[in-house]
This record gives sequence, C-alpha cells and structure tokens, in this order.
Amino acid sequence: MGIKAVLIFNNSGKPRLMQWYEQLEVSAQQELLKEIYRLVSRRPDSVCNFLEGSALLGGVDTKIIYRHYATLYFCFVVDSSESELGILDLIQVFVETLDRAFTNVCELDLIFKPDEAYQVLSEVVSGGLVLETNIDELVVINEAKRQAVAAKS
Amino acid sequence: MFEKSLTDLIRGIRANKRNEEKYIAQCLDEIRQEVKRNDVDIKANAVAKLAYLHTMGYSMNWASFHVVEVMSSPKFVNKRIGYAAAAQTFRKDTDVLMLVTNLIKKDMSSNSYLEAAQGLHGLAHIVNADLGRDLLPDLMIMLNHSRPYIRKRVILVLFRVFSMYPDALKIAFPRLREKLDDPDPSVVSAAVNVICELARMNPKSYLPLAPQLYGLLTNSSNNWMLIKIVKLFAALTPFEPRLAKKLAPSITNLIQTTTAMSLLFECIQTVITGGMISKDGQDSDDAEALLVKLCVSKLQLFVVHQDQNLKYLGLHALGKLQPLRPSVVLEHKTVIIQCLEDSDISIRQRALDLICGMVTKETLIPTTNRLMKHIDTPKVWSADVGATPAQNVRTASQPNTAFDATYRSEVVERILKICSADMYANVGNFDWYIRVLADLAHTPGISVSSKIGDQLMEVVARVPQVRPTAVAVLSKLLYELPPVAPSSSNASTSVLFSIAYILGEHSSLLSDALETLKNLMHRDNVKLDAHVQSTYLQSILKIVVSVARAEDWETVAEVVSSAIACLLRFEMTADLEVQERLLELLKADYDHVRTELPQLFDGALNPVAPKAQKKVPVPEGLLLDTPTSKKDQLFYLPSNSTTRGKDAEIDQIPIATLDFDLRNVSRLYAMIVN
Repeated sequence: MGIKAVLIFNNSGKPRLMQWYEQLEVSAQQELLKEIYRLVSRRPDSVCNFLEGSALLGGVDTKIIYRHYATLYFCFVVDSSESELGILDLIQVFVETLDRAFTNVCELDLIFKPDEAYQVLSEVVSGGLVLETNIDELVVINEAKRQAVAAKS
Repeated sequence: MFEKSLTDLIRGIRANKRNEEKYIAQCLDEIRQEVKRNDVDIKANAVAKLAYLHTMGYSMNWASFHVVEVMSSPKFVNKRIGYAAAAQTFRKDTDVLMLVTNLIKKDMSSNSYLEAAQGLHGLAHIVNADLGRDLLPDLMIMLNHSRPYIRKRVILVLFRVFSMYPDALKIAFPRLREKLDDPDPSVVSAAVNVICELARMNPKSYLPLAPQLYGLLTNSSNNWMLIKIVKLFAALTPFEPRLAKKLAPSITNLIQTTTAMSLLFECIQTVITGGMISKDGQDSDDAEALLVKLCVSKLQLFVVHQDQNLKYLGLHALGKLQPLRPSVVLEHKTVIIQCLEDSDISIRQRALDLICGMVTKETLIPTTNRLMKHIDTPKVWSADVGATPAQNVRTASQPNTAFDATYRSEVVERILKICSADMYANVGNFDWYIRVLADLAHTPGISVSSKIGDQLMEVVARVPQVRPTAVAVLSKLLYELPPVAPSSSNASTSVLFSIAYILGEHSSLLSDALETLKNLMHRDNVKLDAHVQSTYLQSILKIVVSVARAEDWETVAEVVSSAIACLLRFEMTADLEVQERLLELLKADYDHVRTELPQLFDGALNPVAPKAQKKVPVPEGLLLDTPTSKKDQLFYLPSNSTTRGKDAEIDQIPIATLDFDLRNVSRLYAMIVN
C-alpha cells in the first residue's frame, strides 16, 4: 500500500540508496533493482517519467515513477493509491532536501555518506507512506537531527 | 583500533574494482570478528558496514542478533545504526524480533523526541503481529503526544500495525478518527493518508467518514491531503450515488481554482472514474454538463502540453472518458492522431487505445493503414475500391519501433480487434482485409499470429465472395513464409495452419495447384508443429483430388508418384496424428482418384455456432454416460470431456495402459471391442 520502494542508482545501475517498504530477500531485491534499472535506463530523457508495471513486485497495480538528474536515477515504485504527478513533485522535494543537507549534493556524497541519505529519506517516507512533503519542515528536522548527532559525539 | 570505518570500506571497494569479491570476502571476515567484540562502538561500526554491503547483495541475516545488540546501545549514533540496519534487513519471521519489544517500548517513551521518532520509524519497518499486539497500547497513548511530529509518526506506524495485526484496527480506529480533528494540519494529513489507504481496501465501511472528509476537502489547502481525499472519493462514490451529486460543486471549484497540476488531474480523474458523469445519452443536469465541459477543456490543455508527463496523463484520462462520452473524445481526434507520432512509446500506446475506440466504417481503412505503419511491415495495401488512398512507402518520420516486439504485438492485436469488432461490421471490403491479414502475417516476432490464422479462417468461411482473392493471396503467402521451427521468434507457423486448410478446402480456386502442392510438400515442412503438418497432409490430398479432376491422366499419375515420394519425408515423425494421415495418404487408392476419392471431400463445411451442439436433441435410448462394456471401466472418460486424443481427461486411466506405439493402439482397440 502506498510506496513500495525508493531507489537511487547511477547510469551504470550501481545502487546508491535502496529502501524497500516490502519485505524481500536479498536476492529478490537485487533482481528487482536490475529489472528496474533495465527498464528505466533505456528511456531517453524526452519521454514521460512513468512506467506502468510489468511483472514487478507481483503487481499490475505497480508503477515506477522516476527522475533522471545528471548521473543518478531517482525511482519511486508505487501502487495506484499514489498520484503520479504528486510523487514526481515529491521526488523533487526529496532531492532538494538532500541538496540542502549535503550542500549541492552530488553522487560522491551519496557514495561516501549513504547513512545520511537514508536519514533524510526517513523524514519523507515512513513505512511506505508519505510523512512530510514540505521542504521547509524537512530542512528543520534534518538540522535538528544533525545537531543531536554532533552534540552526542 | 585498526578496524575499517564505513568510509574506509567504501574507499577500499572502489580501489579494488578488479578483485572486488575477494576484497569484500576479506572485509566480511574482519566484520565477523568485529561483531563479536564487547566494545559496542566497534560492533556498531561493523553493523554499519554490513548494512552497506547488504545493498550490494550480501545477506546479513546471520547478524540479526548483533543488530539488536547495537540497537540497545544507549549511545544515539549507535542506536541509529542498529535501527537503520534492522529497517533494511529484518523480515517478519526474523527470530530476534521477540527481543526488541521492550527495547522499542523504552525508546518510544524516551525524553528525547528524536530517539522516540527513531523507535517509531524503526517499528514501522520491522513490525510483525506480535510486536504490533504488544506495543499497541503504548502507540495509542502516544497519539496524544505533545509534539505533532511524534503524533504523525505514530499514525503512520499504526497503519503498518493494522496490516500485520488486523485486530488492532477495531481497537485503535476511534482514536485514529479523532485525529482528523487534530489542531496540527500535518497530523490531520497523516490521518487522512492512513484512512484513505484503509478505505481503498474496504470502501463501503468508510462511507460514514464521508461528511468529515468532505469538510476537509472544502476547508484545507494542503495539496497532498486534498489529492488523497479526492482519490478516495472516487472509490466511495460507486457505493453512494448521492455522494457524487454532493461532491460536484466542491470538485468543480477545485478544478477551476487550483494551480497545482497534480491536484487538477486527480480531480478530473475522480470526476471521470467516480461515476460523476453519466453515459452519453442519459439525462444529465446542468451541473454535470458544466463539469464535463470543464474537464474536457482542462484535458485539452494537458494533451497539447509540452511536458510529456502531462500529455501522457491527459491521454490516459481521455481513454477513461471515451466509454462514457465517445462523441466528446472524438472532437479531439486531430490532437490524438498527432500523438500517434510521438517519440514516447507510452504516449503512442495511449493514443492507439483512443484511436481504436473511435473507429467507424469510414475510418477503418485509414486507421488500419496508419497502424500498419507502426509495425514496420514490408508493404501497406491500399483498398482496391475507391477508399481514401494510403501511403505505400514508409516515410522518414516513422517512429522506430522495430526492436519492440511487445509494442508490435499490441498494435497487431488492436488491428485485429478493431477490424473484427461486431462480427466485422466495419469492414466494407473483405478483399482488402485479407490482404491486411496476409501482410500482418509477415510481421516478425509477434505473439498473436494464431489470431491472424483464426480470422483468416473465419472470414473465408463466412464470406464466400472473398474466396478467390483469399486463395490467390494465401498461396503466394504460403510461398513467402518460411516454415521455421516453432521455437523461433517468427511465430508464423500458426498462420500456416489456416493457410493450408483454406487452400485445401477451396482447392478448385487455385490458379496454380501444382505450385501450391510443391510448397506444401517442401522438405523443410517437417520442421513444423505436428498439428500444422497434419493439416498440410490433408490439404495435399484435397489438392491432388482437385488436380485429378482438371488434368489429364499422365499428369495426374506423375503428380501422385512425386507426391508419394515427397510424403515419405514425413515418415520420421513421432506424432501419432501425422503418422496416421501419412498412412492414409500413402495407402489411398489413387486408381480411383477421380471417381471415389473426391467423395471424401464432398459438400461444404459451414461455420457452426458454438451453442449448436446443445440444440441437437439427444436421441431416445442413447446413454452417453454409461460405459459400453465392463472392460471399459478402465478407459471410462467423463462425458463432458472431448474425446479427441490429447484433450481428453485421462486421470482415470492407469498410466501403464497408455502406450501410443501404433501396434499397441490396435491391441488396445481390440481389447475395447471385445
């Protein structure tokens, strides 16, 4: 129900962030990652950002909504309870939040600080449902978390 | 002290690209030692590394106990690592889950709201039935936490608890419902989110909430929440028609005023799919008429928009509108046709659906021709009789779909569907259609060629006037289609079945029967599917008979002897049916090829309605269900099964008696008869 997975992978298919909201075995996760990469990477940038599900995650009900930024693909795998345009906006918000958290985020940031990326995501989506969509709120909470970690180290 | 940090690990992997697996194996060995250490910092670091390797495909199921150890650390950073690893890797049957109940309980009630949030977030990912049941009371108390941030996290966790432990819903729902009135808008939004998800699974039970949700719809400005509510109403209106009427003004208002395309689209979609528009021709009041006009004008904006996403969604919505108001959609025909040429395959597919929905008798031929261009067929046939001319040459602007077999299959299937709709009501010129079918048979790599074959048979059977053309076209096609083995991508063999049947059945119309015979007896034909081969054999006999009628005796004798020589090629088949027909052909009495053999094929085979068998009265005294002799108990087949060879239900026959060697068949037959 809701969001089934959030994936960030690069142009060669290497995963930079993989958060699944359905419980899957490691092998299944890797297979799905490959499949999604295969489907998404062959699409030119001029086409629309939605892919209706094939046999992914067992559903006719499944859609992949993605955005391509420079070397990274941001994919949200969702079911029909989510609005496509809404999710597209959400991806934008997520990326902007990452940008503020890392200051001009680039792929290297995600490579070397994956845990911070997961922390940012955990404020946007929790348990497959959207928690917060407002960029200002997200920035505030991320700052608070960063300060808490800094204080206790 | 010398343990690799996560950053060291990442750097190391990047530096060891050539021996990555070996390097990682080495690191895993180190990690296995590190997790057993007493120092929690080292343990936590090891778990962090494991979680990273997990994303590369290395399972860490063996370390779940250590993850729990790290989760229990009082230090915030360590705890965080533990929870993150748990969220990524625990399953609902992970055995250590029973150890975390008290831990999560404690964390959730922490003085630090960030720690509490962490506990909640972790719980959302790892909750199972036991955890759900045990922690539900604490969660319900936390619904009244002073911080909205915590309240909204609790609400989302509750949804997960409901899915794992359904009884929780009854207990917690009243409290959840109260949250719709929470002073903080983001808490309300979370509550709406969860209620919408629940209601989608069981819409009827949530109808009582409609008034409250309606209030939120008219008073809120939170777009995300509005989208959820609007989507939910689309699911509710089928159960409560009055709801649609009540909703119309608010939705109209939203459509007219919102600046968010996402919300606009969802409103339009709800109007279309939520039963707020009645079918064409039924009485609609002014409000409904206004709504339709509004939606269509907005969708027009979507469909011509530069943004591909909006275009796609616009077409998608029009597709849903088409069954209700086909005339309205027809007005946008020009735009939709333009979309057929778009470079985006998803857009082309939606445009395709729409075009097929608007086909009429006049537009069938140009539409079909346009669709044929999309599948890269070698030729495009124009209709012989006065219809609009079609382009016979592929233009440079044709979209390149040559490599997309699924798309091609879809297009072919659409063509077949629109042409055969209403028993071919829209086809004015069947000669043209036979040529279209023949052309489609050339399309490589599609999965629907059996349908092409079926339609060929059907058209030829029902439309006697088309038979001469059909025979001419198909005999040429027989020559053109190679009899490749069934497993190859060019699955034209199912069409060959139909072609062979038609040519045999109407052999009198063949202009060059000898040529056709040659093609049917070609040595490569032994590679065909068995059922296709059997048809070939049967058709060969029919054509030989037909040749015999027309030619002089010497030619006939020559034809028969060369036929028999060619037929021997089929001898090595393992298929029973093919063997049997071959034997019949070889043993036929060719001395009487002009007099007696033709009687085998006397009379026309007309199409039979599917229900015709039921109308045949069962004669008096015919007992269909009783076995004919006691011995037949062994071979008794249920009377509702077909009795043709491979389709029969044979689960009542002992396996040992099944022996399809020709000699044994006659033995079995002897047993039955005696």
